[in-house]
Amino acid sequence: MNSIYTYFADIFHGLKSLLIGMSVTGRYFFSPGQIVTQQYPENRKTLKMFDRFKGDLIMPHDANNQHRCTGCGICETNCPNGSIEVISDRIELPDGKKKRIIDKHIYHLGMCTFCSLCVKTCPSDALAWDQTFEHAVFDRSKLTKILNKPGSSIIKDIE
Amino acid sequence: MKEIINLPVHSIEEEEYHINMGPQHPSTHGVLRLVVTLQGETVKKVQPHCGYIHRGIEKMCEKDTYQQIIHLTDRMDYLSAHINNHAVCLLVEGALEVEVPERVKYIRTIIDELNRIASHQLWWCSFGMDLGGLTCFFYGLRDREHILDIFEESFGSRLLHSYYTPGGLMQDIHPNFQKRTKDFIKYFRKKIKDYDKLLSGNVIFENRSQGIGVMSKEDAINYGVSGPSGRASGWSCDIRKKYPYGVYDKAEFNEILRTDGDTYGRYMVRMDEMRESMKIIEQLIDNIPEGDYTAKMKPIIKLPAGEYYQRVESARGELGIYCISDGNKTPVRMKFRTPSFVNLGVLDKLSRDMKIADLVAIGASLDLVIPDIDR
Ligand code: SF4
Ligand code: SF4
Repeated sequence: MNSIYTYFADIFHGLKSLLIGMSVTGRYFFSPGQIVTQQYPENRKTLKMFDRFKGDLIMPHDANNQHRCTGCGICETNCPNGSIEVISDRIELPDGKKKRIIDKHIYHLGMCTFCSLCVKTCPSDALAWDQTFEHAVFDRSKLTKILNKPGSSIIKDIE
Repeated sequence: MKEIINLPVHSIEEEEYHINMGPQHPSTHGVLRLVVTLQGETVKKVQPHCGYIHRGIEKMCEKDTYQQIIHLTDRMDYLSAHINNHAVCLLVEGALEVEVPERVKYIRTIIDELNRIASHQLWWCSFGMDLGGLTCFFYGLRDREHILDIFEESFGSRLLHSYYTPGGLMQDIHPNFQKRTKDFIKYFRKKIKDYDKLLSGNVIFENRSQGIGVMSKEDAINYGVSGPSGRASGWSCDIRKKYPYGVYDKAEFNEILRTDGDTYGRYMVRMDEMRESMKIIEQLIDNIPEGDYTAKMKPIIKLPAGEYYQRVESARGELGIYCISDGNKTPVRMKFRTPSFVNLGVLDKLSRDMKIADLVAIGASLDLVIPDIDR
């Protein structure tokens, strides 16, 4: 007698638990307002990343095509993966002193682990993060970027 | 006349054979290869083969400065990246005897707990999915997205943050951080009830997890199974309680202990831990003191020569870091005692004489992260 009782009790307990579970899925099924899926890439125009999103390393330039990088190479030393190469030149100033200026600031996006050490340690705040995120390319040579724009120079009073 | 040849009859039930589960198997959650010795459908032995995602993180640490090591530890147990970072920071701060600002301690503790919830959510998703409940996967990921949004707004990345630095934080938290976190707690308190309705009381789930893979307290201690898996067997091993770091000593929370030690017990411990984590966050979130987000540190950190050990409670168990320094800016040796690697050891013991489908359930209940095993 007892075993028959537990047999049916098990069945009812099982059915009840399944129905409780189904009530959750059913509720979402009939309330499409709770759907959270985004229609990417259709929503590309309206999709905006957070301000601090680490997408791509850039060197901000102002309207006169001037940046803040002195070519000191601290970012290169601090990068754990060798993703940054700083190639600098020495020029002679009119007063005879020698000064180092940046020739090429090369950034390998494919080797970067987005640790942000370069941005944090740059003494003149020359680097920043951009919010782009579509990084897929067909050729990996495209992942190597030169951050200082052609013909750019350094803002005057930065040491 | 034909001769009758008596071939020996091997029944499949008697003979043992090996199959490879993984390295490409959805239920191993990564590239873990288990060589399973089977007799029929019964598991006789499980031999894990590691190394498919070995990156030599310990060796790489030997050439990196202490600031650079942080970003490598993200990549061990990527689901508790903040907690791993915290361990390195505590090690360096302890060795240099730096006092970090109170604000940093509060923020770190809150973020660690958010990270723990996110990790347990993803574990819940994949646990449900391994046992055939695909719905869990979508619901869990949907709720985890809220935490990832909080992370993304404050630290700029979703999984591998590198947000802590020795002495403090990379940058201050975003002004929205507190509001978003409180909103999330309110939201998740409702949703976790759905989790219980969907899976915890489900009859199929109960039958597949209760009494499966029972681990006794002795086994848990002998194999060193820490974290939620160990606590499900009644072993009190919560580092947050035993050796408090951050501001865990200021928050009121319970160490979840159960005595059943089976797959269901491990499941329930993690569900309750999510609630405890929410409790911790609620107590701390309004009391973050004002102050600096980092202590003054020298740009080049050199630890005094000697040996150091630091442990934290990651989402999977005890993460220990052993470091030898000779006074230079890079360590001589860094050894990580990762919880997943140690917890993997008990898998063979738990799954012997179980069915192969139970092996999947047991593996999922141990919550292994494969890059954490291989490092
Ligand atoms: S980006 Fe900053 S750290 Fe790097 S070379 Fe230029 S000034 Fe120096
Ligand atoms: S974010 Fe890190 S890995 Fe990337 S370039 Fe900067 S320092 Fe190097």
